[in-house]
Amino acid sequence: MDIEFSVHEQAFRQDVRAFLHDNLPGELSERIALGKRLSKAHQVQWMRTLNRQGWLAPGWPVEFGGTGWSDVQKHIFDEECFAAGAPKVSSFGLKMVAPVIIKFGTTEQKAHFLPRILSCEDWWCQGYSEPGAGSDLSSLKTRAVREGDDYVVNGQKTWTTLAHFADWMFCLVRTDPEARQQRGISFLLIDMKTPGITVRPIITLDGEHEVNEVFFDNVRVPVANRVGQENEGWTCAKYLLTHERTSIGGIAQNKALLTRLKRIASQEVRDGRPLIDDPLFRTQIAEVEMQLMAAEMSSLRTLAATQNGEVPGAESSFLKIKGTEIRQAITYLISKAVGPYALPFIEDELGYGSEPLLYTDYSSAATYQYLDARKASIYGGANEIQKNIIAKMILEL
Amino acid sequence: MDFKLTEEQLMLQETAARLVRDVYGFEHREQYRQSRHGFSDPFMQQLGDLGLCAVPFAEAYGGYGGSGVENMLIMTELGRGLCLEPYLHSVIFAGGLVDQLGTAAQKDTLLPQLGSASLQLAVALDEPQSHYQLHDVQTTAEAVSGGWKLNGRKSVIIGGQSAGLILVSARTSHGVRDEQGITVFLVDPQDSGVGRRDFATQDGRMACELYLDDVFVKSSAVLGAVGQALPALRYQQGRCMAAQCAEAVGSMEAACALTLDYLKTRQQFGQPIGKFQVLQHRMVDMRIELDQATSMTLLAACVADQADSDERSRILAAAKFIVSRASRFVADQSIQLHGGIGLTWEYMLSHHAKHLLMVARQFGDDDHHLQAYAKLLQVA
Ligand SMILES: Cc1cc2nc3c(=O)[nH]c(=O)nc-3n(C[C@H](O)[C@H](O)[C@H](O)COP(=O)(O)OP(=O)(O)OC[C@H]3O[C@@H](n4cnc5c(N)ncnc54)[C@H](O)[C@@H]3O)c2cc1C
Ligand SMILES: Cc1cc2nc3c(=O)[nH]c(=O)nc-3n(C[C@H](O)[C@H](O)[C@H](O)COP(=O)(O)OP(=O)(O)OC[C@H]3O[C@@H](n4cnc5c(N)ncnc54)[C@H](O)[C@@H]3O)c2cc1C
Repeated sequence: MDIEFSVHEQAFRQDVRAFLHDNLPGELSERIALGKRLSKAHQVQWMRTLNRQGWLAPGWPVEFGGTGWSDVQKHIFDEECFAAGAPKVSSFGLKMVAPVIIKFGTTEQKAHFLPRILSCEDWWCQGYSEPGAGSDLSSLKTRAVREGDDYVVNGQKTWTTLAHFADWMFCLVRTDPEARQQRGISFLLIDMKTPGITVRPIITLDGEHEVNEVFFDNVRVPVANRVGQENEGWTCAKYLLTHERTSIGGIAQNKALLTRLKRIASQEVRDGRPLIDDPLFRTQIAEVEMQLMAAEMSSLRTLAATQNGEVPGAESSFLKIKGTEIRQAITYLISKAVGPYALPFIEDELGYGSEPLLYTDYSSAATYQYLDARKASIYGGANEIQKNIIAKMILEL
Repeated sequence: MDFKLTEEQLMLQETAARLVRDVYGFEHREQYRQSRHGFSDPFMQQLGDLGLCAVPFAEAYGGYGGSGVENMLIMTELGRGLCLEPYLHSVIFAGGLVDQLGTAAQKDTLLPQLGSASLQLAVALDEPQSHYQLHDVQTTAEAVSGGWKLNGRKSVIIGGQSAGLILVSARTSHGVRDEQGITVFLVDPQDSGVGRRDFATQDGRMACELYLDDVFVKSSAVLGAVGQALPALRYQQGRCMAAQCAEAVGSMEAACALTLDYLKTRQQFGQPIGKFQVLQHRMVDMRIELDQATSMTLLAACVADQADSDERSRILAAAKFIVSRASRFVADQSIQLHGGIGLTWEYMLSHHAKHLLMVARQFGDDDHHLQAYAKLLQVA
């Protein structure tokens, strides 16, 4: 047993820290520190910086532009990025569709799509969920019928994050309606500019437009844009899920949030003292910090296992459940810390305006972040579904 | 012990329920929210015309002499409809303060106007540093010839954006956080030196920040004895907490009903999701929390208008604590059981959830009331 990072890993951490110090624009880290929303332009700005350094796609094989880092190095990188207040990179292209293309795509698909993801030329969205197919994803109905060199796609996707900004969608469609559920699904790459696609906004409870409904009306997609075999799309879909599992616990993000909570609780006052000195509030911070410590160890154990060549199993569902619960607990405490100032709903303060802030720099973001964290136990496989997976795969119930 | 409502109380409940049902559909609420005052002036007027705004006031002022139970009945219905009108803050809270502290002349002018909904009031007690502590008042009032000069800042005043007068607590003597030396003033937002920043709240209401910069008010604007306001503030906030609990119960009932309905209709894996036992038990937990909250709300309603005592304070703190916790649980879980749908603006559920989450952010959160109760804990 040795829980220390190696000398090499520690040196790596210093390198990452130095890079962030020199390259992360203060304007971006300030926005993040205040819990404000980020525009696509903000994200692209940061992704371009990472790409220039060759650090945009740590998860990819080196030959396609990856870094060749170990999983522990990737974890260190994530941790340093969040700690410094770097924007999260958009995962749909980099962490979702790219690994699928790398694993199952044709040479042409790799040559065409991968460089465009790295250069931020193409922005991706994920077309999995449908009104009738949420947790029960494999009941999806969007239909693709082959006509010559094209598929003709009809149907509807929903909850499609950032579809309104996307150039491309990776999409699960049904190509064989006769086959049993998981069979008969294909994985298509769809150009969002194709005629017949309509994107309609869904406004979420925080007033934000992030998710959409996407309608397909006789949309023609070249057969060349199918990844993997026809009717074998579920293999791609599942591969994508296992691939992103290890980072889903959000340890690095939670650590940064906890730091934020402590800063806020130190600034807020109750009875003329910093709130963080209020014994009752302080114990609640301590409690969530202890939980985060345990979750981090679990996450590192999972990483160590994959490092040794093991495939992350259903244990990664532990990480997702604990990670989202901890995030919800921290954002709850932040909202508690700001007291009545959790009430204002001032969209300008979250957005891009420079209007003077109501009271403190962080109060408008408090409730927004709490509500945002509610999403985390629903998407990426709801927590109830994660528990079903654990019950089945680990406990064999 | 008798949990039955009187004939009159049943009628009151039915009147409020019908009124809300008739005019507070989701689309309407969205319109009211976006209108000038952030709520429906006609609906507020209707509440006045039907006598609902006069319920808590004595007959001498055109009221019905109602107590905590009547307030509870009305507030539950307003909560069920997520009504945006500042009934709680204007009629119950401000009205209660005027009633308890006001001179005969002040009561004669203000209470009938409140009762007929021709006047709306707001209450400004919180400050940036006060964190729910009513005695942590840094806004100052200095005696000057013919009146007082006010300076300071008041936070998150629900209904302050449209109030005719705002009841402001200010320090007239004694040091920081002293229980003595707090006075309430009636401030006209139009007066010179009064600055306001209006904003929406998470649960769809409007509120404001108040900035007082050498604001002169006449001696007649003092409400109650100079320097002696704190006990009344605490007492009236207690009445308000009881009423707010009822509002939360109405909202929880609505959220639970929507969720239960969804469990029966939403199909996944070839069956209604309500067939999954884990969701059944979660729904049951929500119902149990609601039941506990309902019980504490009843208890609070029964003591809200009793004379001040440690027992009353304990019960009100306990009610607020239990209801705040229950509200958060119901909010979180009703979203979770809905999946993505629960997070959409276009569906009433998300607004109930936001309302329920904000219950704890007014009049003290669960920590505040836990500590208050612990302080009053009977050891032997
Ligand atoms: C903010 C946000 C962004 C999203 N972005 C995308 C995106 O970009 N692309 C995309 O394809 N999808 C996206 N989704 C969709 C997301 O994947 C689905 O919301 C999720 O799969 C759950 O499906 P549902 O919302 O239909 O809920 P449902 O599946 O209807 O679930 C409702 C409730 O029932 C529970 N439940 C369902 N089945 C079971 C069971 N067998 N046992 C126990 N409990 C069960 C669930 O856990 C949940 O609590 C997004 C969702 C959100 C909220
Ligand atoms: C101190 C004590 C005194 C008792 N005294 C008496 C007595 O005087 N007379 C008498 O007749 N009996 C008595 N009992 C027995 C008692 O009624 C049983 O223990 C009880 O009915 C549970 O049955 P079980 O112990 O066989 O557990 P099981 O029924 O085997 O249950 C095991 C677990 O499974 C859960 N479970 C079972 N079915 C379901 C389901 N459908 N859905 C979800 N969860 C489920 C249970 O909740 C429990 O957690 C006593 C038990 C105790 C512990």
